[in-house]
Amino acid sequence: MTTVEFSPAAEPLAAKLLEPAREILARYPAGRERSALLPLLHLVQTEEGYVSPGGVAFCADILGINKAQVGAVATFYTMYKRRPTGEYLVSVCTNTLCNVMGGQEVYDGLVEHLGVGHGETSADGKITLEHAECLAACDYAPVVTVNYDFTVDQATPESAVELVENLRQGKEQTPARGARICSLKEMQYQLAGFADPRDGAVADGVAGAPTLRGVRLAQQHGVAVAGFDPDTPITKTKPARAEGGLPPRTDEADKPVEAKPEGKIASAVKKAATAAKSAAGAVADKVGEHRHAGRTTDTGDVKDPEVRAAESRNPTGDTPGDPATTSPAPGNPAERAGVASNEPAGDGKPAGDTQRGESIVTQRNAEQKPATVDPNPGWQNVRPGTEEEK
Amino acid sequence: MTQPRPEVLQKLTPVLTKRWLSPDAWQIGVYERLDGYLALRKALDVHPDDLIQLVKDSGLRGRGGAGFPTGLKWGFIPQGDGKPHYLVINADEGEPGTCKDLPLMTYDPHSLIEGAIIASYAIRADRAFIYIRGEAVHAARRLRHAVQEAYAKGYLGKNILGSGFDLDLVVHSGAGAYICGEETALLDSLEGFRGQPRLRPPFPAIAGLYASPTVVNNVGTIASVPYIVLGGADWWKSMGTEKSSGPMIYSLSGRVVNPGQYECGLGITLRELIELAGGMQPGHNLKFWTPGGSSTPLLTAEHIDTPMDFEGVAAAGSILGTTAMQIFSDQDCPVYNTWRWLEFYHHESCGKCTPCREGNYWMVRTYRRILAGHGTVADLDTLQDTADNIFGRSFCGLGDGAATPVVSTLKWFRDDYLGYIEGRTAPRLSEKSLVGAH
Repeated sequence: MTTVEFSPAAEPLAAKLLEPAREILARYPAGRERSALLPLLHLVQTEEGYVSPGGVAFCADILGINKAQVGAVATFYTMYKRRPTGEYLVSVCTNTLCNVMGGQEVYDGLVEHLGVGHGETSADGKITLEHAECLAACDYAPVVTVNYDFTVDQATPESAVELVENLRQGKEQTPARGARICSLKEMQYQLAGFADPRDGAVADGVAGAPTLRGVRLAQQHGVAVAGFDPDTPITKTKPARAEGGLPPRTDEADKPVEAKPEGKIASAVKKAATAAKSAAGAVADKVGEHRHAGRTTDTGDVKDPEVRAAESRNPTGDTPGDPATTSPAPGNPAERAGVASNEPAGDGKPAGDTQRGESIVTQRNAEQKPATVDPNPGWQNVRPGTEEEK
Repeated sequence: MTQPRPEVLQKLTPVLTKRWLSPDAWQIGVYERLDGYLALRKALDVHPDDLIQLVKDSGLRGRGGAGFPTGLKWGFIPQGDGKPHYLVINADEGEPGTCKDLPLMTYDPHSLIEGAIIASYAIRADRAFIYIRGEAVHAARRLRHAVQEAYAKGYLGKNILGSGFDLDLVVHSGAGAYICGEETALLDSLEGFRGQPRLRPPFPAIAGLYASPTVVNNVGTIASVPYIVLGGADWWKSMGTEKSSGPMIYSLSGRVVNPGQYECGLGITLRELIELAGGMQPGHNLKFWTPGGSSTPLLTAEHIDTPMDFEGVAAAGSILGTTAMQIFSDQDCPVYNTWRWLEFYHHESCGKCTPCREGNYWMVRTYRRILAGHGTVADLDTLQDTADNIFGRSFCGLGDGAATPVVSTLKWFRDDYLGYIEGRTAPRLSEKSLVGAH
């Protein structure tokens, strides 16, 4: 990536976050930068504690997608907050097991003590409280986390109130099994995929007794799995890579394989690649046909976001291989028929959906008026007869 | 608390959990002293196809719930297709009751990384991703640290240990969506979209991440691989049963004296596991339990001797799932518990398909009404009908999982429902909950 032009809303964040954002983008394959969206949204929260409109604009600008696409993702995930948060996020598990082991009382006690409800922040701006779904520590139930680090195990209403008071007063609180406590914004930096910058934090937190219970029992009673020999040989039927048994890896199908003297494997590779290519071509052609049926060609860069999304997933619109032959065939005849009649489109979604959408659009266009430039012919929005009213 | 009998203790198989006893095993130096990265050296010495065969021979089945044979899955990746291949590790542990992957990644992160390198070599992938649940911050912290160490030592990156094999590994944190544990939703999420499941086929083995051949495996599955490479398929099969080989980490929680992680050969029974866990808590008698998280049909006290392997649990009408056993007693109410699970499924439904999105919405409200003392007998038929319309008609397994506790509690504990309806049981929810105060 060279330079990004940021919209005014995104500029303040861009000034601070451009460098780490670029580092995040570099983790994903070229052309697949959209994968960086989740870490980028975490990154935005390091500055603002929530995903602000400016944060949405920043992510959209840097990825070259629109704000609605970013917003759709940001609102889907629980950890992206839509309102400013406090310094610490205190989560109480109230899913079934923690709930019946006392988690509900712990949560209710904190609600009363702090005077806030789910997702709300205490008046001093210190604590945002939430009830959480299973936090994957049922053997320590009920659990309370601070900024997602396990802080109080086998919590009681008293120990939870003590925890939030310690946090509010800046007293030291040693987490049960997590690292030393930081602020929620600092934690977001780690969620964006960066190493914990605090010296020694990674070493914090020892395994609790429940985690080690089974393995300790085995140790105490001298139980071990017999017959483990790390030198057990692996049956070799082919020479290993080091001995030249594998063809050199090709990164894309287009790379010429002919240049090398053709061994048995190389020619098989070539054959397979050609087959995959022609199959892919056929699918691409079909997809192309559907895509353009009854629609004027796009003028300029205005693109249906769905098309853009599909393209960004799979720019060439091909589907590798022939799913009917290479994926495990479903056992029952009805499923097999479904598979046969529902070949995948380029974006991995069934082509059937597209066909249906296109046919509705075509029908509408034929019935009503000559096709005008409609950059967004999403069939979900089509209400026949209402075009003029809009 | 009673001591477990010696013959039951002998059923413990500390393999994946063994390094947890060494508090510094998360550091690469300690890991290397404990057989670490030995399996990688051994694996790079053989042809990838031979590794796939080894895993097939071991009978290893996926530890994420479905129990699909791992070697077979790897074998589905078309070779020589010129496409990039990917390995994606599903570390989005969030199934209620499940708590085995987080400790593994926190206390022994290198075993997962080593397994990931071997698996990538076998399927000929040069990029691997660990999609870790967002909330699992400490595990992610340790994993990221371990990945850095592995790069520094030449176990990751270009030309690993001089073999000519390259691999980049990225630890990618999710953002709090249970649905992303579903493999195709996980792939969408990893591509930067809302985590919603895709229609299959095409399966990820053909068109997965970035529409390329992809293997998606659970943490426990991948972490098992180095042990199989070291000890061999026969040794691995010396644990577990004929069709469900190897050790499994059983997560016991709830009304037992010592909840925790117990690694035993597949096929152990709940009776034996409860014995290992020091028995039921005083005053509690086993009433119902989940064999593998809340998405698996509940079992009752009469199933206490069911062998906990894929076949045994299936024969009892449930699913082994993630072997997350939430154990409830006669002091717990199956109706209340099911309501709470449904609130969870309702919250986590991705909204893509109607049965799950709408069905959970309405079932939650029906439960609130029953638990507030306003239920009618007709509500039970409504629940059964709704659940039947969700099960098998949802886009992915989340809907099936949601219908599961409803159907099984209606089957086993109808009288508990009638207790609220007929006024024999005091209401558990206040009127307030009926106006959507949640």
